[in-house]
Amino acid sequence: MKHRVVITGMGVCAPNGIGLKAFSDAIFSGKSGIKFHQKLADLNFGCQIAGQPEIPDGMLENYFTALQLRDLQSSGIEYGMIAGVDAWTDAGLAPTDKDTVDYDSGIVFGVSLLGAEKFRSAIYLTDECKVRRLGSTSVVQTMASGISAYLGGYLGCGNQVTTNSSACTTGLESVLMGYERLRNGDALRMLVGSCNDSGPYIWGGFDAMRVLTKKYNENPEAGSRPMQEDANGFVPGAGAGALVLETLESAQQRGAKIYAEILGGAVNSGGQRNGGTMTAPNSEAVQHCIKTAVKNAGVSASEIDTINGHLTSTGMCPTEIANWSEALDLRGENFPYINSLKSMTGHCLAAAGSIETVATILELEEGRIFGNINTAHIHPEILERVAHDKVLTKTIDMPVKVAAKASFGFGDVNCCMIFKKFE
Amino acid sequence: MNNEHYEALKNIIKIYLPEDVSVEDIKPTSHLTQELNVNSANLVDIVLDVEDHFDITIEDDEIEKMETVQSAIEIIEAKVQS
Repeated sequence: MKHRVVITGMGVCAPNGIGLKAFSDAIFSGKSGIKFHQKLADLNFGCQIAGQPEIPDGMLENYFTALQLRDLQSSGIEYGMIAGVDAWTDAGLAPTDKDTVDYDSGIVFGVSLLGAEKFRSAIYLTDECKVRRLGSTSVVQTMASGISAYLGGYLGCGNQVTTNSSACTTGLESVLMGYERLRNGDALRMLVGSCNDSGPYIWGGFDAMRVLTKKYNENPEAGSRPMQEDANGFVPGAGAGALVLETLESAQQRGAKIYAEILGGAVNSGGQRNGGTMTAPNSEAVQHCIKTAVKNAGVSASEIDTINGHLTSTGMCPTEIANWSEALDLRGENFPYINSLKSMTGHCLAAAGSIETVATILELEEGRIFGNINTAHIHPEILERVAHDKVLTKTIDMPVKVAAKASFGFGDVNCCMIFKKFE
Repeated sequence: MNNEHYEALKNIIKIYLPEDVSVEDIKPTSHLTQELNVNSANLVDIVLDVEDHFDITIEDDEIEKMETVQSAIEIIEAKVQS
């Protein structure tokens, strides 16, 4: 028997808001989290703006022991713990006591790479022949599964505790992986999500690839311009998003609040063939992924009220819109509303998919769809396919029943999920 | 045993105590991992803190002998005096 899977908790640590309330206020009011970073300017970055969560003094003490905070140099673990623990609490769940393991609860929490600052310190010490000075946490702060390990220990999870990694698809893929595990009856609750470190060592490689915008260092909040004709690169970001997924039976037994149901999803790769490369998507595969997700969800394309796209602001947005339009066979006024959180947060890389999924679920929950910011020059190729009013320029009130979310990543990998208001 | 050394070591160890062990539980005879329940992974951190505080170097074979507070003090004092 396949189980129905619902979302019962969420947490978020985003550049424009930490915690569900602040994040909800931010996305529906069009608040940007993108700022100028002097450090990037000092290091001669072309792009000197970024979206980075601003953790208030004293907040980390709620998520880490004093000992863990000593020498903690992994911003991804900080963001991931805030989002993950908050999601667990939001679901009405609590850490187990110190002698109890919850074998019904697991974690799939994705990253790209983790603990870059810690790894940098370790490299310096190693090169200075001081390897014995690395201390006991160099490994756990830099291993990819470090965030799942910190969360697992805090919460007492005893089901599968792991980390996935698929570049900018990571966050959404974690949702699909947790969903599949629950659907198959292998767990009752899965904490899913993803995090991404912030800082120059993470963003530098993208700057070198010339995929970041360099034209908005004086005007940071205007820098991330998904779907715009004058978009010329993405703004790097960081943070974490987390969701508690649960079988419907378990959620109802606990009397938990149910945000939404996951109807289905799909993940695939374009094989770096037919136009796909290490860094560019194979459109045929993108369309295949979206079509498969819709089919797996058992809905018709016309039922989709809104799409939360990948839409990074690199100039590839018209291609993505064309792929959605072809895959769903919808255009003009029939095309769903579409938005990109990246206009406000920048591209949070491995964390993008999970933060953006939290935003999507908040739309279902609150009955409104957030507007994109920086929308003065919508790309004409997009307007050839999609009615102008479908690219939202401000938040609208509208009951949302079905929402689609997709993320795409380096390596030519794709993921698409379909969510529905719970009935 | 020099009281100043003992207090300094206690101050180092207390950071690594689990939540249910207090600094008052530290006695000269206390076994670091078995009685004070210090995570064995943190022994390397304690050694680094001791090295920094006393400006000494502790060799690998000596670390293995640092089982109790008393044995740690003995190793420290042999170095500090020499």
